[in-house]
Amino acid sequence: MATDRQELTRRDSLGLGAAAFAASVLAPHLAMAKPSDVEAELAKLFGSTKMADGRIKLDLPAIAENGLVVPLTIDVESAMTETDHVKAVHVFADGNPQPGVISFFFSPDAGKASASTRIRLAQTQNIIAVAQMSDGRLFAARQEVKVTIGGCGG
Amino acid sequence: MSTRPTPRVRLPATAKAGELIEIKSLISHEMESGQRRDANGQPIPRKIINSFRATFNGKEVFRSAWHPAISANPYQAFFVKATESGEFEFTWTDDDGSTYASKNKITVA
Repeated sequence: MATDRQELTRRDSLGLGAAAFAASVLAPHLAMAKPSDVEAELAKLFGSTKMADGRIKLDLPAIAENGLVVPLTIDVESAMTETDHVKAVHVFADGNPQPGVISFFFSPDAGKASASTRIRLAQTQNIIAVAQMSDGRLFAARQEVKVTIGGCGG
Repeated sequence: MSTRPTPRVRLPATAKAGELIEIKSLISHEMESGQRRDANGQPIPRKIINSFRATFNGKEVFRSAWHPAISANPYQAFFVKATESGEFEFTWTDDDGSTYASKNKITVA
């Protein structure tokens, strides 16, 4: 029973993936952001500053059944003091019509660099989060979310 | 949207000094992404809430900038360290310039 259901879901998602691919080829006006668009956005915001791994945790479902409402939580390890805190966390998606998703701006008064929201994902794609520390250091995290039903509207 | 967006904010009414409190907010809004088309194939113009700001006793404690990838009826949760009694003010700003606000008091013992 459980196996049957799993197979069905996989088949469904494969079918939907194929449909989404066909749509992207056949309908160029529904252009989606590419991974390179996210790279360009990052370059625009941060120039050539190196990004380190770690410190930032992305909490997203591995599989989102409904791309219209995908819960997202970010968490950054930081003392959150006046001299050492997280200034901002920027979130990007490389398969949505636009790469930008949300930017959170923290103050030391926040006490904890954590925030949650709900986002739209048009298709299976990577979510990239970049934390900007008060001393200018950058930390990045990336996670793929498989989307069963896209949240692109239309 | 025909009705005016209604903000809802949940936070503790009281806290101990130094306690970390979570603030959860929700506002009713379609968040029209600008990607959809109407029945005649015409694009529906974008109309979203593009920013959220939280101040405590007039000082900014948290802010976020939203893109069309934020779901309808946007949810935003974040943390604040309680230091003194006072009033939070939350402001949402729409693409058309309207602002929606909510004020919540907290007593810190």
